[in-house]
Amino acid sequence: MMAGLAKRRPTKRRPIKRRLVQGAAGLAGLLLGGTLAATVWAQQLVADLSSHLIAITTGFTGTEVVLFGTTDGAGDVAIVVTGPRSPATVRRKQRVAGMWMNTDSLRFDQVPSFYTVAVSRPLDQLVGRPVLERHQLGLPQLQLPADSTLPPEELAAYRSALIRNKQRQGLYAISMGQVAFLGERLFRTNIFFPANVPTGLYNVEALLIRDGEVVSAQTTPLVVSKIGFSAEVSDFARNRPVVYGVAAVIGAIAAGWAAGAAFRRV
Amino acid sequence: MQVYLPIAEMSVNALLVLGMGWLVGFLSGMFGVGGGFLMTPLLIFIGVPPAIAVGTQANQLVAASVSGVLAHWRRGNVDVKLGVVMLAGGVVGTAVGVWIFGILQRLGQIDIAITLSYVFFLGTIGGMMLVESSRAILRRRAPTAKRGKLHRHIWLHGLPFKMRFQRSKLYISALLPAGIGVVGGMLVAIMGIGGGFLLVPAMIYLLNMPAGLVAGTSLFQIIFTTAAATLLQAATNQTVDAMLALLLLIGGVIGAQFGTKAGTRLRGETARMALSLIVVAVALKLAWDLFSRPDDLYTLTMGLR
Repeated sequence: MMAGLAKRRPTKRRPIKRRLVQGAAGLAGLLLGGTLAATVWAQQLVADLSSHLIAITTGFTGTEVVLFGTTDGAGDVAIVVTGPRSPATVRRKQRVAGMWMNTDSLRFDQVPSFYTVAVSRPLDQLVGRPVLERHQLGLPQLQLPADSTLPPEELAAYRSALIRNKQRQGLYAISMGQVAFLGERLFRTNIFFPANVPTGLYNVEALLIRDGEVVSAQTTPLVVSKIGFSAEVSDFARNRPVVYGVAAVIGAIAAGWAAGAAFRRV
Repeated sequence: MQVYLPIAEMSVNALLVLGMGWLVGFLSGMFGVGGGFLMTPLLIFIGVPPAIAVGTQANQLVAASVSGVLAHWRRGNVDVKLGVVMLAGGVVGTAVGVWIFGILQRLGQIDIAITLSYVFFLGTIGGMMLVESSRAILRRRAPTAKRGKLHRHIWLHGLPFKMRFQRSKLYISALLPAGIGVVGGMLVAIMGIGGGFLLVPAMIYLLNMPAGLVAGTSLFQIIFTTAAATLLQAATNQTVDAMLALLLLIGGVIGAQFGTKAGTRLRGETARMALSLIVVAVALKLAWDLFSRPDDLYTLTMGLR
């Protein structure tokens, strides 16, 4: 069965000679054992993005990136998009003397700024729990380590509050996206990034699932970055904060003065 | 028209922000208050992070008060000497305020401290102004009522370091305007506002300044305290969004011009009544938010803080 799968690789784009070589390699893989087979299998799925850079310009209102790809045969595809990880604090309010104020907090160490999953079929029909956890497929399986000695139910409350807040900001998907297959091998999905998408290096992971196992995976980087005027402003503010402050004050005085002078004649 | 704010890292409707700037600028020109106490809640309401709302509108208030002062200056409504004395106190107050802000931030209670001080100051000042101005309006409508004393002498006027302020026709202790400046400076640092809503009534009721000079003089002082606050916020917290400030100040400076014109047509007590109603409404709204159960008891802050 393994050799058969390896021989049925994508055919249309590749010359017949190469196909034969690859087929032979697949056969060799079967003969030589699991390690070599794995390297061959890594190419069972090929995926790419319509763009590897999301440019946040002054007029940015969110954007959509198309992920497309092909498999070497029947199977299901899951796409996991993860934003850069950073620490985050969740605070809980309690009623103190009638007022709601922050009383407790929990710090999470590695929280992805963005997280969304798209699948071709509901995940529970495809794979078991261990696989979901290994690949962090779906919000319940997302690893959010926190350094705390809180009882599990408290921890769970903080965890779900983190996810809920992220979903409200539109940065964690509420439901899973749809990977659409065109025929048996070509697939595509649209990944939406809202206007408040955090900047940084994103990971787009495409997984090929067959018979309840992830048989192939490919990771594609995606950069979200400010470009043009907005990038210059934020670089200026970050790199030379005092000069930026002085410039902001001078600009404000000039603007106020100009407006005052303009209205003198009215 | 959507515009991306580079520091706040979000996209806003430019016309909405321009309109907000105009409205607040109009009120600022009319009453001689900076309008920061209105702008902070408005910005937070449209989703701007509180720290950036505070830092940015300090910057915007510089422009609004410059253009406001120009209008008052041409009408000769600025007492520079009194303003400079207030400013000396303002510098001390800003330094003290920054120190208190740091302590509250380390305690993790800066949000509630800001809201509580808003409720306290706005509620107290607004309530007092409301009572006073409605009494004044009632007195005006009842011409038989006795005319009050022109100048009431209280213990505050017995303080040392008396100074003559020719423009305001006052001979009072320099400690009074300087003390008002200290409180104003603290408000700039802690609440991120110009403090005009506190300065204006204080100058009217404590200094007995001529009403015509109050707005111009308080704006004159606010230019310098907000400029200092902008510098401080940009240098230490990087919370000044130039793009947002630009939109707010375009709306603000235009609104301030109309406001100043409208203000000259308004009777003193009517203007005070209108301002006090707005102030009380904001205080009630903030108090309501403080005491009503929030939709989500948990909040999320990304980053180290």
